[in-house]
Amino acid sequence: MNGCAQRMTDADMSPLDDTSGIGTVRNGATRPRDIRIDLRLIADMVDPGSRVLDVGCGDGALLDFLTHEKGVDGRGIELSMDGVHRCVKQGLSVIQGDAEADLKDYPADAFDYVVLSQTLQAMREPRRVLEHMVRIGRHAIVSFPNFGYWRIRLQLLVHGRMPVTEQLGYQWWETPNIHLCTIADFVELCRVAGVTIERGVIVNRAGRVTGAGYGGLTNLMGEQAVFLLRRG
Amino acid sequence: MSATKPSVVAPADTQADTGSPTGSLPGHRVRLGVTTPMRLDSGLELGPFTVAYQTYGTLNADRSNAVLICHALTGDHFVLDTHPITGKPGWWEMMVGPGKPVDTDRYFVICSNVIGGCMGSTGPAETDPATGEPYGLKFPVITIADMVRAQTLLIDHLGIDQLFCVLGGSMGGMQVLEWASSYPERVFAAIPVATAARHSAQNIAFHEVGRQAIMADPDWCGGDYLRQGTRPHRGLAVARMAAHITYLSEPALHRKFGRNLQNRAQITYGFDADFQVESYLRHQGITFVERFDANSYLYITRAMDYFDLAADHDGVLANAFRHKGGGTPVRFCVASFTSDWLFPTPESRAVVHALNAVAANVSFVEIETDKGHDAFLLDEPEFHQVIRGFLEGCAEHRGLTARRRARSA
Repeated sequence: MNGCAQRMTDADMSPLDDTSGIGTVRNGATRPRDIRIDLRLIADMVDPGSRVLDVGCGDGALLDFLTHEKGVDGRGIELSMDGVHRCVKQGLSVIQGDAEADLKDYPADAFDYVVLSQTLQAMREPRRVLEHMVRIGRHAIVSFPNFGYWRIRLQLLVHGRMPVTEQLGYQWWETPNIHLCTIADFVELCRVAGVTIERGVIVNRAGRVTGAGYGGLTNLMGEQAVFLLRRG
Repeated sequence: MSATKPSVVAPADTQADTGSPTGSLPGHRVRLGVTTPMRLDSGLELGPFTVAYQTYGTLNADRSNAVLICHALTGDHFVLDTHPITGKPGWWEMMVGPGKPVDTDRYFVICSNVIGGCMGSTGPAETDPATGEPYGLKFPVITIADMVRAQTLLIDHLGIDQLFCVLGGSMGGMQVLEWASSYPERVFAAIPVATAARHSAQNIAFHEVGRQAIMADPDWCGGDYLRQGTRPHRGLAVARMAAHITYLSEPALHRKFGRNLQNRAQITYGFDADFQVESYLRHQGITFVERFDANSYLYITRAMDYFDLAADHDGVLANAFRHKGGGTPVRFCVASFTSDWLFPTPESRAVVHALNAVAANVSFVEIETDKGHDAFLLDEPEFHQVIRGFLEGCAEHRGLTARRRARSA
């Protein structure tokens, strides 16, 4: 926990040299709990002891990590009852609910961070969800699969079929991912919605930060994106 | 865990109510409101009055492990005891006991009979000290908040500042919500189960059917049956039969009875209990009257009807959970059951939305079951695992146990 807190003092470092969460993933030595790469990147953006709402928290992996490793006051919303039960059984504060219906209930600035990991693309109204997130939280953290990733582009270009990748493993007719976007698309949404991007971390297939913020070639080379946001 | 049993919990506080119909029941009793009567929502005062209660487990040295269980409409404080009248096992042995989700090896569990009840706490069947006769309808109308107020006096008496948890289902859940709303600093965690922040029109309607059945029984005698030496058993049994249907579900009734006939090969073209479901309901009615007082049934159903937590807070439920300019400090776990049509999930969800509106710490689960409202009393492993996990998480935050990893190491 101490090591973790120490690393968090890097919170204001430049995205260019932000590899703080990465080395430890590969080494795996200093962190007692192992979580998915994008969740690790999110966790690295969260200050210890803060209040966090995890929207679409799944089985609670991130919440559990944040609660026990960073001492956050964590809450979750999860659509699937199965996920909710697994969370509550391990003592996490999670409600069953539909984020798109329930986020409006929360007061402004109720949390330090509102997290949405790998779920934005499944929302009916991503913009509204994003706006609620920056209203409820002083910060929002959003991670999503980059539809501009070159392998995805290549599949469409070569085969002329909707891409199916390891990360986006659904056929077009069954996918819950109804609002896929590229990094450039997301940056544009933030501009239109008046959301400020504080940091963007783009990860390639090997789980390494691509190293150049969220501009330039990252939209081609990045498989996943994690953005730290605030309103205004 | 170092634990000592405080002297205040010793049966020394037991006070035999000579002449009381429930005076010989086991468990503790305490006389409350002796120096200052308790002010009721109706504006009337009650006191001194008796609260009958049971405890299980041991209060720890800093008195931080107390769990209050709030019983439902026809429940009582015999959570784990063989019932002194029916001989049946305690009503929540599935949930409470050594090694159970509410672990009596870790927690000091308290359950009291509600005021207005008929298992030892002051209610319409008890003797009015002013007249030496049963209260009957002279007993003041009480509310859920009055029941909880009496419980706070009991908790004071036991020397407990803050309850680790208050939990209960149905009417018990209403008390849990009232506790969390009115005494947020005295409750660390709250588990309202299969309940609502207000009694719905449909539920008031069902209660009215029950009350009318009782009052239509000539043996009710205008509520004066105890002095008249009668009991409105038929009316109370019908009330119970009607209510019992609301505690089940159509699939559960079908699974249990279908259209099966009762000890006969064919229908009899008469009004005997041809069907098993009729026989079952009649049995429910008949056994109920042995242990429950008809006037108590009137008073307690009324208390539920009057419950409307939002109405007490400018019509905004979220206001019931505001505390010192912020949200309630109480940690909630709200639970409902898919086939419960008496307190359906949207009622629980309304509570959750109100808690969200103050950014409260809340968990909410809906349990898949066909057992209807009564599911909270029955063998529902998923439900029990959820409550166990929630309580363990709370215990960790409250510092009641070592951290999870340390325990599993």
